[in-house]
Amino acid sequence: MSPPASGPPASGPPASGPPASGPPASGPPASGPDRAEWETVVGLEVHCELKTQTKLFCGCKNAFGDEPNTNVCPVCLGLPGSLPVLNAFAVELAMRIGAALHCEVRPSSFHRKNYFYPDMPKDYQISQYDEPINVGGWLELPDGSRVGIERAHLEEDTGKTTHQGETGRIHAADYALVDYNRAGVPLVEIVSRPDIRSSAQARLYVTELRAVLVATGASDGRMEEGSLRVDANVSVRRAGAGAFGTRCEVKNLNSLRSLGRAIDYEVARQVALVEATGTVVQETRHWDENAGRTVPLRSKEEAFDYRYFPEPDLVPLAPGSDWQERAAGAVGLLPSARRERLAGLLGGAPTPQQVDQVHVVVGQGLDDLIVAAVAQGAPAGLALVRAANELAADIGAALALDAGTFGSVVEMEGRGELTATQAKAVLAELLAAGGGDPAKIAAEKGFEALSEGSLAAVLQGVVEAHPEEWARYSAGEEKLAGFFTGQVMRATGGKADGKAVAAELQRLRQ
Amino acid sequence: MTADGSDSAAALADAVRRGERSARSVVEAALGGIAARDPELHAFLHVAADGARADADAVDEKVRAGEDPGPLAGVPVALKDNLCTRGIPTTCASRILEGWRPPYDATVVTRLRDAGAVVVGKTNLDEFAMGSSTENSCTGPTRHPMDPSRVPGGSSGGSAAAVGAGLVPLGLGSDTGGSVRQPAALCGVVGMKPTYGVVSRYGLVAFASSLDQIGPFARSVADAALLLEVIAGHDPKDSTSLDRPAPEVVRSLGAGVEGLRVGVCEELVADTAPDVSRRVREAAEELAEAGALVEEVSVPEMRLGLSAYYLIAPAEASSNLARYDGVRYGLRVDAPDVAQMNTATRTAGFGPEVKRRIMLGTYALSAGYYGAYYGKAQRVRTLLIRAFDRVYEQFDVLVGATAPTTAFAIGERVADPLAMYLSDVCTIPSNLSGHPAISVPFGAGDDGLPVGVQVLAPALCEERMFQVAATLERSAAARARAGQGEGRR
Repeated sequence: MSPPASGPPASGPPASGPPASGPPASGPPASGPDRAEWETVVGLEVHCELKTQTKLFCGCKNAFGDEPNTNVCPVCLGLPGSLPVLNAFAVELAMRIGAALHCEVRPSSFHRKNYFYPDMPKDYQISQYDEPINVGGWLELPDGSRVGIERAHLEEDTGKTTHQGETGRIHAADYALVDYNRAGVPLVEIVSRPDIRSSAQARLYVTELRAVLVATGASDGRMEEGSLRVDANVSVRRAGAGAFGTRCEVKNLNSLRSLGRAIDYEVARQVALVEATGTVVQETRHWDENAGRTVPLRSKEEAFDYRYFPEPDLVPLAPGSDWQERAAGAVGLLPSARRERLAGLLGGAPTPQQVDQVHVVVGQGLDDLIVAAVAQGAPAGLALVRAANELAADIGAALALDAGTFGSVVEMEGRGELTATQAKAVLAELLAAGGGDPAKIAAEKGFEALSEGSLAAVLQGVVEAHPEEWARYSAGEEKLAGFFTGQVMRATGGKADGKAVAAELQRLRQ
Repeated sequence: MTADGSDSAAALADAVRRGERSARSVVEAALGGIAARDPELHAFLHVAADGARADADAVDEKVRAGEDPGPLAGVPVALKDNLCTRGIPTTCASRILEGWRPPYDATVVTRLRDAGAVVVGKTNLDEFAMGSSTENSCTGPTRHPMDPSRVPGGSSGGSAAAVGAGLVPLGLGSDTGGSVRQPAALCGVVGMKPTYGVVSRYGLVAFASSLDQIGPFARSVADAALLLEVIAGHDPKDSTSLDRPAPEVVRSLGAGVEGLRVGVCEELVADTAPDVSRRVREAAEELAEAGALVEEVSVPEMRLGLSAYYLIAPAEASSNLARYDGVRYGLRVDAPDVAQMNTATRTAGFGPEVKRRIMLGTYALSAGYYGAYYGKAQRVRTLLIRAFDRVYEQFDVLVGATAPTTAFAIGERVADPLAMYLSDVCTIPSNLSGHPAISVPFGAGDDGLPVGVQVLAPALCEERMFQVAATLERSAAARARAGQGEGRR
């Protein structure tokens, strides 16, 4: 399962040029400078908050969105005299990530990264440095390209500073508030090799990595809550050049959209720079989403001297082979296998829309619900649509939903007992209430789907009431189908199924 | 009874447990002694009189109810003020922690309380335990209990002086480079540093994490053993705490030294004052007399200890002390922005010695210098550990001086940091190696002030070390009765 100890990733960097853009990262391909002589080189650092119950070095709750400074203790506040104790489950999740990314798990250790910042309680961060737990793996993207993984190491998160003032901007702030609930939350930082060749591939990489992290149970993958954060190292070189160009690290990429835009902006900026001055200055830059550009944060000279040294309060970490195997065994199905599983359930060649939907549900970890629903007798296509649309729209509630309940709704819809509109309403109700009995909810809402017979009767009535329109429709004026459907809906109070109406219209016309 | 006739901790606890004395009366006597004597000594930074009385009453209540009040029932204990005590100020003798009251007890404090001991107060120290005389305290120096013009040693000078003056039978200090053993030697009491990891560091405000160990002060080897057994043993809150039970030192006290191989370590004798080295040689003779096989041995790597220590300890300290930034607790000196506030706070809050070590340590860890300084110091440390391993193939314990001189005058070494650093030259090797060591009073110097003899042992050989210490203590007592080596009392 694991690649050789220190060798390169099993496949080299992908062929240059933008890869076929995969569904989730669809949209315009990497724009960037449209000059064939320049090649984009990107390496990504992805910080993933681990889905543990407690923090990395203390027993405080690891939870997003709680009242500020309520999940804190002497250890994560860095009070004098407190000491860290490593969370074994965080180590387990880190090893799962390593296994999913084909890394080798190695004996590792922790260092202190020293710098002053108010949201860092000890004014140093405990992080793995020269001996990370996972080294040397790769991630295969849906387009078949592989991105090498340098390392995936454990570290603690910092607190969160909110600058208060009229603009909310750091320099204009009157004061700052610090929430230490996040301080000490376990992170795994996944560092890719500079194998990425376009912004589209970067987006595809993050999308696939996110799906892997969700599948392993290590992360909830919520970029919008900051549980997945991306920094990009971007450089350019002339096509065919062997050496890499000088890179800039771009921070503050809070969404896939930011990631793609920032890389495109940065590539264009660097190409223009090199063409004008022959050189790029190595620095850390900040992505300004509103302005749509990167701005300098600090130069190489201004870079912090972190004064790394081995953390004396922790002992070296050397998980035994039993533990490593247990962690690897707990990884479960990876996204590619999950996508294949759904494709199998759908049968035949999936439509492009279904391919998109499959990516969405696998990325959100909703595919198990679909598999269960199908096993229960629900139609696969319908289950996929409902999961990709209705469930994905309220992912937190959806993941808490009982598989059988979801299956029942889809089954009812499949049997025509609920119209699409009604099924959506029942699902919304279930998600809002955190569960319930679909049949009961449908009954309460008065959702009794019309039987075929009564639908035919209603339609017959509508046709008789509008003979002129019927004549035109029968003569081939297709747009009148909408008119009749609307009339049927009005007559039934919306209980009729649109598809059934269409079928009935066709049947009557023949 | 201890050598000078005062009650031992063991005797006090027995009396309290049997109901012969109330814990309250024992504690009142200690508080009375502190009130009478401490204005001159300045051993205490904070006397927790109300809490001590309440804790003593709780012990007495247990005795009345027939419950076990613990092995240290009613025994007053003084804690170095770098040990966190819930609700009781913990300042490290630094302005930067002014007003800070920890929300939690250090593990050793919890264990003391569980054993029935009564915390009477927090004692003076060199700021953040950085020093060898207790003069680097933001509150001023502690004075030597036998000569107020002299220092008690340091950095745990407050606890050493409090025990030496008989204000409390037991005290705790922390030993990073000798900060328990050296003041114990200077004040004429027993002080020991356990094997690294035997006593939990949870709640000890860190100076140099890889060197810090909490250790007991007592007026007898037996009391030190009793206290060690209470505070030692695995603590899940400290990852460097060893997963093994406390060493059984009390029952090893009577075992003697018959057949033990004792190395008199040349490096721990040669560079000491003549009156000190004379006592060490006499101590070695006494051990031979008692049946030990005594030989001289040289461990040249020990001479490298001091320089390695003064890179490793400041390096770790520079990181450990970064958190005192004015953001969350302690002193804050306001300024227009966060960076300036950090600077203003740290400038006002830290004393000169602390600043010197933060700068030294920051430099030693800097990019481009790490290998030449911190990295090299760690290699020296490894070298020293190997040297100890080799010498312990031939010897069961080593003996030497604890400090190069007896107590020196207040102000004498303040202007010369290197002279001050040399005060710890005999104690630092054990911190670097992580091995246990104990200082036992053994007669006096030419000035009549106490001399301490140090016994060093391999890792986790506390039992053997206490065996030797107890033998030395008996010899010293016998010599005192015979009028040899008697000092001022």
